[in-house]
Amino acid sequence: MTQANATATSRPLIEIQNVYKQYNTGVIAVSDMSLDIKDGQFVSFLGPSGCGKSTALRMIAGLAEVSAGKILVNGHEPGNAAGPQDIGFVFQEPTLMPWATVFDNVYLPLRLGGISRKDAAPRVEEVLSQVGLSKFADAYPRELSGGMKMRVSIARAVVTKPRLLLMDEPFAALDEMTRFKLNNDVLRLWQENGLTVIFVTHSVYESVYLSNRVVVMAARPGRVVADIAIPGTYPRAENFRTTPEYNDSCKMVADALNATLGSDDIDH
Amino acid sequence: MTTQTPILNSSQNRRARIEKRKAVIMPTLAIVLALLVWEALVRYYEVPHYLIPAPSLIAQTLIKDGPSLLNSMMFTVKLTLISLALAIIGGVLIGMVFALSRTIEMSFFPFAVILQVTPVVAIAPLILIYVHDTFSALLICAWIVAFFPILSNTVIGLRSADHNLRDLFKLYRATPLQRLRFLLAPSALPYFMAALKVAGGLALIGAVVAEFVAGTAGQNTGLASRILESSFRNEIPRMFAALLLVSALGIVIFLVTSWLSRRVLGHWHESEIRRES
Repeated sequence: MTQANATATSRPLIEIQNVYKQYNTGVIAVSDMSLDIKDGQFVSFLGPSGCGKSTALRMIAGLAEVSAGKILVNGHEPGNAAGPQDIGFVFQEPTLMPWATVFDNVYLPLRLGGISRKDAAPRVEEVLSQVGLSKFADAYPRELSGGMKMRVSIARAVVTKPRLLLMDEPFAALDEMTRFKLNNDVLRLWQENGLTVIFVTHSVYESVYLSNRVVVMAARPGRVVADIAIPGTYPRAENFRTTPEYNDSCKMVADALNATLGSDDIDH
Repeated sequence: MTTQTPILNSSQNRRARIEKRKAVIMPTLAIVLALLVWEALVRYYEVPHYLIPAPSLIAQTLIKDGPSLLNSMMFTVKLTLISLALAIIGGVLIGMVFALSRTIEMSFFPFAVILQVTPVVAIAPLILIYVHDTFSALLICAWIVAFFPILSNTVIGLRSADHNLRDLFKLYRATPLQRLRFLLAPSALPYFMAALKVAGGLALIGAVVAEFVAGTAGQNTGLASRILESSFRNEIPRMFAALLLVSALGIVIFLVTSWLSRRVLGHWHESEIRRES
């Protein structure tokens, strides 16, 4: 997949170079964003609504056009040469096909890649068991709870064994218990599959718990204001949320957020 | 929403079964009761049968004229089903083209609207003049009536696919055919099934109305001609018998399309999902 390239080994998986995004309405969603993301990182984009974090994610996925600047994923422009199976995307809503079973929903990316149901079945069953839904392969989405739907959505995103997993505020609509559980599920998937994850969120605590790097963004125009490394080891210890280093990181990230804007629209 | 909802497995089977039986028994009872009251009133007041015939007389007529009425009914059934089939084919194909191209839709949708809003009774005489074969003329009339709901619902349905799902298909670079098959068509299905229920009834109405206008007589005619003919001859019980068959036809069409809709959508679409309380 990687082109022979002298710098291939040291090259970051994602290079964002002076990227702007302006919508037809004139709104500048992203302004002069530059960022390198290395293979294997777990990066959170954190910021209030309107800071362009989702837009940035969509541009990396090739779902939104770049107005100016350049984004390279694995050395290629998104939506171009990089294999379509190489990126997984999890939306804010589960975004499942209501007419298809859990199995068929997860099978979809492979089906679109021309893989027969028979050939795909072992892989689909494998990811379903990874998210704890083996027993629900024949269920329809309406029969599942919000958290289970989201797990199906995550299973679908990783079924192609992508290198890059993009998640757009996936757990915003879930209750905290479910959210904590899913956070750990995502971390496990990330470690087991050697993924690179970009996780968009508006929760300081969630970003610090999950990531080894938090990119703080501000709104109007959307821009990067801080890039904070988070110390701590994986898998997260059960008491990680009560450790001083976790609290220090949360404070640092929250301060960076507060420095550029009022704290009124930050979700704690 | 809770974290863990078990897959449905109702223990209230018995109550559901009683509920189901009630849904059949109650309307049947009501209809039988209405017929009895009708019969009683006609007999009690000695209403002449050329005004309002008793249900028993209608039943007799139905048996007596059965073969000839059945022949006419087959004609109407054929007309209705063929026009409905053509409306589905035409509506879905044109709907797909419209959904693919806004420009084409913009240009040609007005024609569809004109066809729809002009009463078929008003166009039918013209069509009967232009088209020599009566059956084809009748077919065109019924088609015009049934076609529009299929077309407009197909267009809306194909456009109703979830935006995030569209993005997902884009992400995985689905071909246009894959997008149509796995995303657009299933999204459009509930809209199409709703249109089918309407169009089925409309096809029958179109078939009957067109035949009224045509006023055809002779061997190869439908139920509408029987009704017209009976009215000329003042054979009111026969009129009722023919009318009964038209209604029965409409009911069967409704039941079949409803059943089809439940078959196709029952396992996933809100409109056909039964909820337990």
